[in-house]
Amino acid sequence: MKHILLCMSALLALSACATTGSSGGGQGSGSSTGAASKAGNGASLTKTSVVRIDPNPYPSTYQPYPGAPTLIRGATILDGKGGQIENGEILLRDGKIVAVGQTVEAPGDAVVIDGRGKFVTPGVIDAHSHMGNYAAPGVQAHSDGNEVTGPVTAEVWAEHGVWPQDPQFTRALAAGVTTVHILPGSANLFGGRGVTLKTVPSRTMQGMKFPDAPYSVKMACGENPKRVYGGRNQPPGSRMGNFAGYRQTWARATEYKREWDDYTAKAEKGEKASAPKRDLELDTLMGVLNGEITVQHHCYRADEMANVIDMSKEFGYKVSAFHHGVEAYKIADLLAKENICAALWADWWGFKMEGYDGIKENIPFVHAAGGCAIVHSDDPNGVQRLNQEAAKALGAGNRAGLNISKAEAWKWLSLNPAKALKIDDKTGSLDAGKMADVVLWNGDPFSAYSRAEKVWVDGALLFDANNPKLRPVADFELGQPGEGDAK
Amino acid sequence: MKRAAAIALALMCSTVAARAETIAIVGGTVHTVANPQPIENGTVVVRDGRIVAVGQNVAVPAGARVIDAAGKQVTPGMFNAFTAVGLADVGAVRESNDITARNADYAASLDVSYAVNPKAVPIAVTRIDGVTRAVVSPQPGQSVFGGQGALIHMGDANDVVFKPRAFQFVALGEYGGELGGGTRPAAYAEFINALKEARNVSKAQFVATGGQRAPIYNRADLEALQPVLNGQTPVVIWVERAADIRQVLGLRSQFPQLRIIILGASEGWMVANELAAARVPVIINSLQNQPDTFERLGSTMNNAGRMAAAGVTVALGTMARDESHQARLVLQDAANLVGQARVPGGTGMSWADALKAITLNPAKIFGVDKDLGTLEPGKVGDVVVWSGDPFDLMQAPTNVLIAGKEVKLESRQTKLRDRYLGLQGESLPLHYRY
Repeated sequence: MKHILLCMSALLALSACATTGSSGGGQGSGSSTGAASKAGNGASLTKTSVVRIDPNPYPSTYQPYPGAPTLIRGATILDGKGGQIENGEILLRDGKIVAVGQTVEAPGDAVVIDGRGKFVTPGVIDAHSHMGNYAAPGVQAHSDGNEVTGPVTAEVWAEHGVWPQDPQFTRALAAGVTTVHILPGSANLFGGRGVTLKTVPSRTMQGMKFPDAPYSVKMACGENPKRVYGGRNQPPGSRMGNFAGYRQTWARATEYKREWDDYTAKAEKGEKASAPKRDLELDTLMGVLNGEITVQHHCYRADEMANVIDMSKEFGYKVSAFHHGVEAYKIADLLAKENICAALWADWWGFKMEGYDGIKENIPFVHAAGGCAIVHSDDPNGVQRLNQEAAKALGAGNRAGLNISKAEAWKWLSLNPAKALKIDDKTGSLDAGKMADVVLWNGDPFSAYSRAEKVWVDGALLFDANNPKLRPVADFELGQPGEGDAK
Repeated sequence: MKRAAAIALALMCSTVAARAETIAIVGGTVHTVANPQPIENGTVVVRDGRIVAVGQNVAVPAGARVIDAAGKQVTPGMFNAFTAVGLADVGAVRESNDITARNADYAASLDVSYAVNPKAVPIAVTRIDGVTRAVVSPQPGQSVFGGQGALIHMGDANDVVFKPRAFQFVALGEYGGELGGGTRPAAYAEFINALKEARNVSKAQFVATGGQRAPIYNRADLEALQPVLNGQTPVVIWVERAADIRQVLGLRSQFPQLRIIILGASEGWMVANELAAARVPVIINSLQNQPDTFERLGSTMNNAGRMAAAGVTVALGTMARDESHQARLVLQDAANLVGQARVPGGTGMSWADALKAITLNPAKIFGVDKDLGTLEPGKVGDVVVWSGDPFDLMQAPTNVLIAGKEVKLESRQTKLRDRYLGLQGESLPLHYRY
């Protein structure tokens, strides 16, 4: 039942903190400005600045931890973009992947790891998680993932509810998951802003924050918003109401963006202009309309996804991924054509009406249509076995007559979620220059018999099954039964 | 004996709707579960619903239909020790969901066998993944008593319940405390008092206590507790915390005939020796490894292996993980125990023991191991042929026999799959494709 609640809320978070652009000074909301001198457009030499919204007021403080140059030899390497190298080698150094191939040159001081009989993959990326927002233990006091006080709460940010001491993060790391996208829940039409984190243990959320990853806004289709608010006799109470709510909000966001665009254009030209009044909700949506914030839309049914696609064209934005999409296989062609990813479970179904038509071939059917299929968890237990979820989907797809390799299927676990989160230029595949987010598995990761043996995040070894000292223990678990146990 | 005969009859009648058939499964690697060593190139013969022969040098009877299992693996049908299969069409559609009676005037007397729908989609979805038997349990709504659960098979039949009223369900941990009125002592008071009253139903006083809560039992409920009291029917008690497990074990000092089965037991490894000494079996979620409640702080995937090593009978169930729709995943739960055994510092199970946790152990725990749980002559013909290792997530059954009858590997899900396979421009809407 817990997962139903989680799926229930979508929060769109909108970030908007205005600061003065050139001076870097304080909050500038609503103050009138003259032209910035650097605009260089002529007559006015008044030394004032253009009011701008700070896109990153809670910046990442994450710095990769030190790591030794590391060479893994003799392993089966799945590069995350469809390639497989038998008996291959990979070199990690200074936080980056340096080289991957049959043989690679390594410095003399590199730590050499015998990978024979083992597999190397990119770190798994979970595009849909609520860890930190629904932390363990799952008591009401830890319920921080749904701002269920109104159907449009694009102004809230998942990161402001993330408890970095959530022990669930440590389980995910130990399972080979190196990056997670934390989304608000799905109670709301616009649930708030999502954030991308590394599974690095930290005292603060900022210490986990994936540097320069764009924010997302979480939206939700269907049963959850209409149930939560319809049950209170307030809108939305139907799927019709859901769309009315989305569209009215996008219309407001469009107007808000126009005000800011007009203001900025005038101010930059040195014309007299007043900055619009700040609205945190619309800041986030303006970020979407400006292409700076991705849209992650919880939507189960095929017909609703098609409606959302039309809406995105109506208001001029792009859906990055549909989440849960239990019926994605019914419109796999449409999703591929529109270049929208589908973040899916391998086999969840039937727990709610809009999930009744789930099939085990959903992920491989989306893949086979040329689409961007993603295995996601939405669950602190499922996140520990995303590789196994991929295996089940792959087996089902191939039994249905598809011919998808394990190397291809690994895209569902790293490169495709990285694309949906717009971090694929930094991680998600074993390419030279990318972050050294790497997992050594003690066997074929498509088997339930295998486990992550070593996990590197930005080249730092942060989990080692062979070393109990590299088994993170959250503050909450200190002094409790099972502290430091192999989990 | 009368009971055993009745069960046997139910096993037969409720499944073998078609004519009797003799089926010989030949050439496979046969895991009997009765013996940890597999039989290579083995033969399993099933006739009239029962297994009649298992071995390497077994002749195929004349007229038998032969299933070629060369290169494949053969096992008993899987038996999920805790589910709600057949009780809900859609979990969140309340009118389709018979798991929890939230507003009933009755509790212990509630009998899930009235609700089990043999045509519910999850039954076919479950059977084609090799799970042929399941414990079906109600969940408590207002009282610590959830009611009487049933054992079902997954055959394509009009009646799938082969053992109704197989156990009583009771919650005594955090959730039980909530149901009992707000604390664990309140839950124990309700449970203990009801059992005491059940000792002599005729003298019980069925009056409201005067508080806000309704009377917590009535004649029907007390009568339903009598077989629990005298040990004729086991009681499944849901507790997680080590301290709670010890309290439950202690209940036998007051009620010596209770046949206790502990459900949950996330911290069972901390009191494994006491569980073993008390000969109390457990049904657990083998994947539970998060401190997701205060009663599960000690959760670890080593739990199953540690308890089994101490001598506890361990079976696996799907509780709190969509037990109405995902009973099929119990194979993955078992497979992960094999993986856990390979983790440094981890304790899991051998392949054979993990298989036992989803075949023979549930059958033993619920007293039906005379008929189920292994591939041995005389047992009911639940046999699954697998394309490979049944714990390999990429493999699947190629043949499923339930009580000697082979079922079609078809479900509403496979029909949706086939309709949408190779989606492209159609000459007619897909509605015409089935």
